[in-house]
Amino acid sequence: MDSVGNIILYFIVAISMLVFSVMAVTSKKILRAATYLLFVLLSTAVFYFQLGYQFLGAVQIAVYAGGIMVLFVFSILLTHRPDDTSGSIESHRRVAGVCGSILGAALLLFALFSMPVTPEGGSLIGVLQAGPDITMKMIGETLLSTEKYHYLLPFEAVSVLLLACIIGGVVVARKR
Amino acid sequence: MDLGILWYLVPSVLMFACGVYGFVTRKNLIAILISLELMLNAADLNFVAFNRYLFPGMMEGMVFTLFAIAIAAAETAIAIAIIINIYRVVGNTDINEVTKMKF
Repeated sequence: MDSVGNIILYFIVAISMLVFSVMAVTSKKILRAATYLLFVLLSTAVFYFQLGYQFLGAVQIAVYAGGIMVLFVFSILLTHRPDDTSGSIESHRRVAGVCGSILGAALLLFALFSMPVTPEGGSLIGVLQAGPDITMKMIGETLLSTEKYHYLLPFEAVSVLLLACIIGGVVVARKR
Repeated sequence: MDLGILWYLVPSVLMFACGVYGFVTRKNLIAILISLELMLNAADLNFVAFNRYLFPGMMEGMVFTLFAIAIAAAETAIAIAIIINIYRVVGNTDINEVTKMKF
């Protein structure tokens, strides 16, 4: 049984998430679309906190809201003049977009609500079981050791990917 | 009243649908990238919700989401570098103008 405050927080966050997602894809001004995306990402971070993943919520805020959004705003300001209204992001193929997204959402929602309940007592739609608290020690051991269900190799692969990304970004965007 | 797994999956589905709509209808490259971030975010939320409700003692969904966030950051940085380069060559970031690499 969730507390009343938890449920109220859930509804506030879920409604703001949906409203801001719709606004992020329908807004006429691109800087506003980026700001609405920021609110969607922050709402997702609140969901992570609510589900008990504090580290993940902090990463979401730091990397998405702190890093990616700054990149977005920088690139928008580099490629758009603030007084220029001709470079608007007017929509096209609106019918195809509406049909595709509504069909996809209907299919996914149908699949979700006709989902079979798992044999041992409906854990799929059941209540939240109390999991163990995820401490920083557990996260560190999971990311940096090589036993079963531990992820040192993907961690190193991501570090190589980030190095390649740094070099690629410099090479692609430099002046010739 | 309990918050079951569907309470997290349904907003995720709707957010993904918004991302698809933006991806199809937008004409600006950066706006398309914003829609892409919406879709990635919906997938991350799914990972975390399934992890928490189906396997509360394990951390696989969380670790996948961590890696997905890192890869999304790398992908966004490269995409923005490419967009800035296109802006230097073409003069704007409209997808209808970027046809040089089409065929």
